[in-house]
Amino acid sequence: MKLTKIAAAVGAIAALCIAPAAQAWEPTKPVEFVVPAGTGGGADQMARFIQGVVTKHKLMKQPIVVVNKSGGAGAEGFLEVKGSAGNPHKIIITLSNLFTTPLATAVPFNWRDLTPVAMLALDEFVLWVNAESPHKTAKDYVSAIKMGADNKFKMAGTGSKQEDQIITVLVEKAAGKKLTYVPFKGGGDVAVQLVGKHVDSTVNNPIEAEAHWRSGKLRALCVMDANPLPYKTKVTATQSWADIPTCKSAGIDAEYLMLRGIFMTPNATPDQVAFYVDLFKKMRELPEWKEFMEKGAFNQTFMSGKEYADWVAKAEAQHVALMKSAGFLAK
Amino acid sequence: MDELNSLFQGFAVAMTLPNLGFMLLGLVLGILIGVLPGLGGANGVAILLPLTFSMNPTSAIIMLSCIYWGALFGGAITSILFNIPGEPWSVATTFDGFPLAQQGRAAEALTAAFTSSFVGAFFAVLAITFLAPLLAKFALEFGPPEFFAVQMLTFCSFIGMSKDPPMKTLAAMMLGFALAAVGMDTVTGQLRMTFGYPELLKGFDFLIAVIGLFGIGEILLTMEEGLAFKGKSAKISFKVVWNTWRELLQYWRTFIRSVLIGCWMGITPGGATPASFMGYGMARRAAKDKESFGRGNVEGVVAPETAAHAAGTSALLPMLTLGIPGSPTAAVLLGGLLIWGLQPGPLLFVEQKDFVWGLIASMYLGNLVGLFVVLTTVPWWAAILRIPFPVIAPVIIVICAIGAYTVHSSIFDVIMMLVFGVLGYLFKKLRYPMAPLVLALVLGDMAESSFRQSMLLSQGDVGIFFGNWLVGGLMALAIFLLLVPAWGSFKDMLRRREASAHLG
Repeated sequence: MKLTKIAAAVGAIAALCIAPAAQAWEPTKPVEFVVPAGTGGGADQMARFIQGVVTKHKLMKQPIVVVNKSGGAGAEGFLEVKGSAGNPHKIIITLSNLFTTPLATAVPFNWRDLTPVAMLALDEFVLWVNAESPHKTAKDYVSAIKMGADNKFKMAGTGSKQEDQIITVLVEKAAGKKLTYVPFKGGGDVAVQLVGKHVDSTVNNPIEAEAHWRSGKLRALCVMDANPLPYKTKVTATQSWADIPTCKSAGIDAEYLMLRGIFMTPNATPDQVAFYVDLFKKMRELPEWKEFMEKGAFNQTFMSGKEYADWVAKAEAQHVALMKSAGFLAK
Repeated sequence: MDELNSLFQGFAVAMTLPNLGFMLLGLVLGILIGVLPGLGGANGVAILLPLTFSMNPTSAIIMLSCIYWGALFGGAITSILFNIPGEPWSVATTFDGFPLAQQGRAAEALTAAFTSSFVGAFFAVLAITFLAPLLAKFALEFGPPEFFAVQMLTFCSFIGMSKDPPMKTLAAMMLGFALAAVGMDTVTGQLRMTFGYPELLKGFDFLIAVIGLFGIGEILLTMEEGLAFKGKSAKISFKVVWNTWRELLQYWRTFIRSVLIGCWMGITPGGATPASFMGYGMARRAAKDKESFGRGNVEGVVAPETAAHAAGTSALLPMLTLGIPGSPTAAVLLGGLLIWGLQPGPLLFVEQKDFVWGLIASMYLGNLVGLFVVLTTVPWWAAILRIPFPVIAPVIIVICAIGAYTVHSSIFDVIMMLVFGVLGYLFKKLRYPMAPLVLALVLGDMAESSFRQSMLLSQGDVGIFFGNWLVGGLMALAIFLLLVPAWGSFKDMLRRREASAHLG
């Protein structure tokens, strides 16, 4: 009798001890969501959007706080996350500067320093010209560059030695001539410079140029992906995102996608990673998210775990190769 | 009068009871945010943005834009009372606002500041209402050379007429440029002058420098001079408001000039901070008694405040019509628009009439209600100066530290703020002017990128700055403004030499 009581008590205590371990990890204080870029850009928009829908649909008990750490082309944000090992209440959203900033400036960080969580989407790049430009197709434009002198055509882009300039180098390779690359602070500025005809072309992300395209100020020449985009709803009077041909089909051997992925601090436990993966899976099912994806014509690939880490490793190798051939590596 | 019809419809949207409530809430929050240095309108809007996702977009933007108006109003309060600019664009307000407060005329300065804010914003909204499509087109004319010309014009209008020794002005300005160069060079993508310290990656933030130089520097100076505020005999009465208003009427020229400068800077988009400096510089240039500027001239408060608000308000126009934010706060609001499912751009005015005109109507109402709210609080703000210095000084230092920390959530910035405080103290003691340093710090970065972008575009040909009527005209005006005072002092020198020759 006594023994069974003791056994029951031991059992109960054991159950109590096991219970918290079996229960999944959950944030116990507000989660800091670091954006390694300024306010208003693509990564910032996505982070604030996530903050909004997560709060609205109560996907998490604790609030998410978006913090911009844009110093040193994002190095400030990545170093901050790298330096917060073991703090599960800090996550970061990436741009291509995850690869380009350490390669170009030799600031010491690498994606392997962080814990990969999930790929949310991939951002596309489109080659744009002004709607009044004489170049109707990507082929026209490339042959015009070929015929002209070096540096005759001007390409505006965001930042220096980052994704936009890497793509510019790919276009240069296709044409065999140099372009004048002019760096600006943000994608919005870049699009407006093209609308104002201060430059000849840009490689804006869809969401940065969508409004100008819709109002007939810009012309989309080609998209830097292996296949045309899947979005068939008409955006302009005559075209949908799906109607833009790939750059490959126009003879520009440029395929480039930008990672919109989530990483967390070093030494995160599998439990903690699982919580965030689950959170983003739930978020992807929301109608608001689907609408956001369509508006920005995103490539909606989702990955987590080893698959994600492998993808990032491959993307890193691709960036090293591209930046080496462009001469962008820090000495 | 299509616009008038739409506007009245907008008023019908904005005048509903819940929307008026959101408006008042936004204004009060905004004023508090503006009073705390560092916690600017952009931060305030960013923090509150997620709360509005479940609201209807029109109510949400009304509340958020009212936070913006409130912050614009509130920024002037600490600048005038304690020489701490709550927002970057209130730096120029301290030049004459703080001396006024020290003379016991704080209430007068506050009234002038608030009223000018209202006037600037009101005329900018008028411009948005009736000239939106036209102005949006004008903004497209601005490429890198035009931006550089505007920045050059700001520099020239401000420094051309400095009464400080030219070498000291130059030294202060160069220091500002050097500080602005630290961090990432956006044109080459290389790090400059960080010496391997990750803390320096982000460069020196203008706000932290300003909080230190002005706020902490002033407290150090006051401590040396005997632990008391000079302005504690401030008159506290509503009569001041009426009397100041009567006085303000004579500055109608300054109002018009600053409104024009502000609207133009907001739309191009140059921003509210350069607009306030340019407004101040131009007013001093045009004034008969130039010497009184910087020593407590009400006109020196009117000019920058009017320009800053005209710019801050018209900055919303390029955001709505082109999707380019004219200010950091506008950038955060832009993110909000996307989340509410509204795509800013040329079609917003056509596709979302209710939203756009509701917003514009709320600008009229928000500013009017805001003016009323801040004017009624003038006596209370002025009364703060009666609190003994030993009590209020620690509070100010704590507020400064919190402000500096909020900018980037970094403790290193708080240390930098203290370093800048000591620098500010030394500047005052050695009689170096601080304004050129601050101006170079805030504009140096932008001017450098615009200049180098232009050089890339023209492949190194300086002729690009005279390439068309717009950029050429701006540059000519800038050079003219720079040379006029030089010519004046040259003539003075000649006259003096002649006089001494006669004497001899």
